Amino acid sequence: MANKLYGALAEFETPHAIFEACKKVRDAGFKYWDSHTPFPVHGLDGAMGMKRSKLPFIVLVMALTGAIGGFGLQTWTSVVDYPWVVSGKPYFSWPAFIPVTFELGVLFGALGAVFGMLGLNKLPQLYHSLFRSKRFERFSDDKFFISIEERDPKFDKAKTVAFLEEIGSTNVELIDE
Amino acid sequence: MVQSVEQIERVDRRVPLVLGGKSFHEVTEAIAAPIEGRTPKLWWIIFSAAVTLLGILVASTGYLFYEGTGIWGLNNPAGWGWAIVNFVFWVGIGHAGTLISAILFLFRQKWRTSINRFAEAMTLFAVACALLFPTIHVGRVWLLYYVFPIPNQMQMWPQFRSPLLWDVFAVTIYGTVSLLFWYVGLIPDLATMRDRAKSALGRMLYGFFSLGWRGSNRHWQHYEVAYLILAGLATPLVLSVHSIVSFDFATSVIPGWHTTIFPPYFVAGAIFSGFGMVLTLMIIARWAFKLEHIMTMRHLENMAKITLLTGTMVGYAYGIEFFIAWYSGNQFEQFTFISRMFGPYSWAYWTMVSCNVFIPQLLWFRKIRTNVKVLFVISIFVNIGMWFERFVIVATSLTRDFLPSSWAYYSPTIWDVAALVGSFGLFFTLFLLFLRFLPMIAVAEIKGVLPQANPHHGHTPHAEESHAGATPAPAEAKE
Repeated sequence: MANKLYGALAEFETPHAIFEACKKVRDAGFKYWDSHTPFPVHGLDGAMGMKRSKLPFIVLVMALTGAIGGFGLQTWTSVVDYPWVVSGKPYFSWPAFIPVTFELGVLFGALGAVFGMLGLNKLPQLYHSLFRSKRFERFSDDKFFISIEERDPKFDKAKTVAFLEEIGSTNVELIDE
Repeated sequence: MVQSVEQIERVDRRVPLVLGGKSFHEVTEAIAAPIEGRTPKLWWIIFSAAVTLLGILVASTGYLFYEGTGIWGLNNPAGWGWAIVNFVFWVGIGHAGTLISAILFLFRQKWRTSINRFAEAMTLFAVACALLFPTIHVGRVWLLYYVFPIPNQMQMWPQFRSPLLWDVFAVTIYGTVSLLFWYVGLIPDLATMRDRAKSALGRMLYGFFSLGWRGSNRHWQHYEVAYLILAGLATPLVLSVHSIVSFDFATSVIPGWHTTIFPPYFVAGAIFSGFGMVLTLMIIARWAFKLEHIMTMRHLENMAKITLLTGTMVGYAYGIEFFIAWYSGNQFEQFTFISRMFGPYSWAYWTMVSCNVFIPQLLWFRKIRTNVKVLFVISIFVNIGMWFERFVIVATSLTRDFLPSSWAYYSPTIWDVAALVGSFGLFFTLFLLFLRFLPMIAVAEIKGVLPQANPHHGHTPHAEESHAGATPAPAEAKE
């Protein structure tokens, strides 16, 4: 277990370098790989050949749940469970229920966006093999990285390292799991 | 392909967002410095003052819980006093943060990146202060759970037709969504702090709250979508919150309150007051932490322009209120407005008009917009004026309504003052802790708007080194 390989980690100096490198890794046909950048680099999704995020659907479902649930709660409590005349208004005075309906829709939508994002990203994940690398600490400062995992069918220790150096990496290291 | 910042800058002929051609690493260093350096003496001085005020808040609230709302200056017609004034004041201030982070984000106003974290934090703490006041104003705080739709011993549900209940939902949800928005923005920056932390405790805490962020582009993708959606949700939310706050007044039949102009008027006023407070805090922070190259004069000037715009909108609303009072032919409405100008609270009214309408007109002049000291003074006047606006609305209408026999004069007691002053203690304590322990500027976002962040910048493998030469010289550098 101790010496099981996680993969290769290649360092790049600029957004331009990682952008070009990502296109080459994508075209080389790797599947289990990723790039790590201090900020979202424009166009990197395309350079990595990634699909669109599913998050908007999660948020839509959550927001509708919140809004419908909120409207239902107000209707049920005011019409069915404890009908009570207030200010001479009808039991089902739906216009008065709109503000709370809207607010709950927003609340559930926002919760869906945050927790949906964390769920899709499988975060929190406090430990990750990449954190073994001392150099990797600079991903959050000014360095750019590409990691290719050992489980990728195309991964070959020597060839992948050579490939990463060839596409412009200034430093390639192997990371244990 | 989306235009690069550099191209946009060139089109606008504006100065760069970050001055001095900083590299990514220099940006990290500049933003991390206030957290990693020694605590400045000035911080301790302001912090101890803030904690003292917080102590006043705790003591006065404790006495309030013991004795009841009778310790305040509330009387029979004026059932809403400073507590509600303070509530609207703080919740209004809380609107600037979300405006800057969400609305300016959707409009692609990239200058917001230097100040959004800061303004969001301010929002959060202002909303915390705001929530405090209705909470303690209910008198029997231990029965506060009646406002939530949970089964209680009376077997009754909250009254969903009441704007006061809408308020409970609007403000608590606004606080929650602001917290989420702020925290999501913080995650990558907490990872930066984690990777730089020297102490074990710092590593652990920043590590825990950064959730194991590793800058993965597969994560950034969902992250950016989440951020965009949160901005999209927060934009109607921020407009709805102060509209709902204004419903507290507008849906009642009190003269001076029962007007349809209230929602947009309150929203404009909220943005106005919030920008005033952001300016106040920003001018102090950029000076104290030497961040003038990131929070540039251009940021201050843009803020000043929005302050001028919203201040003028507020002034317009004051005028329209008068016009409609006259035009409606309703004698109670007319009387209320005449009495605002010339009645027992005319001193408050003219303070409000001077601070909110007259003084901000100075911001038409560029010389004033770019003079930090004058801008600071104007921002203080805005803060004062907007507090008085809420006071004028609450006090003048309640103390002189339909029946002269029920008129009275409302004045606060020492405990009202203690609660207001104490709430500033709560606000500044939280804000100073934020400045000391969290990155007050969004590190990752700032890097994203630097010219060399564009992968097509310079088209050379060493774009970072050569970027100073490639960037067009700023057409009109102001600092």
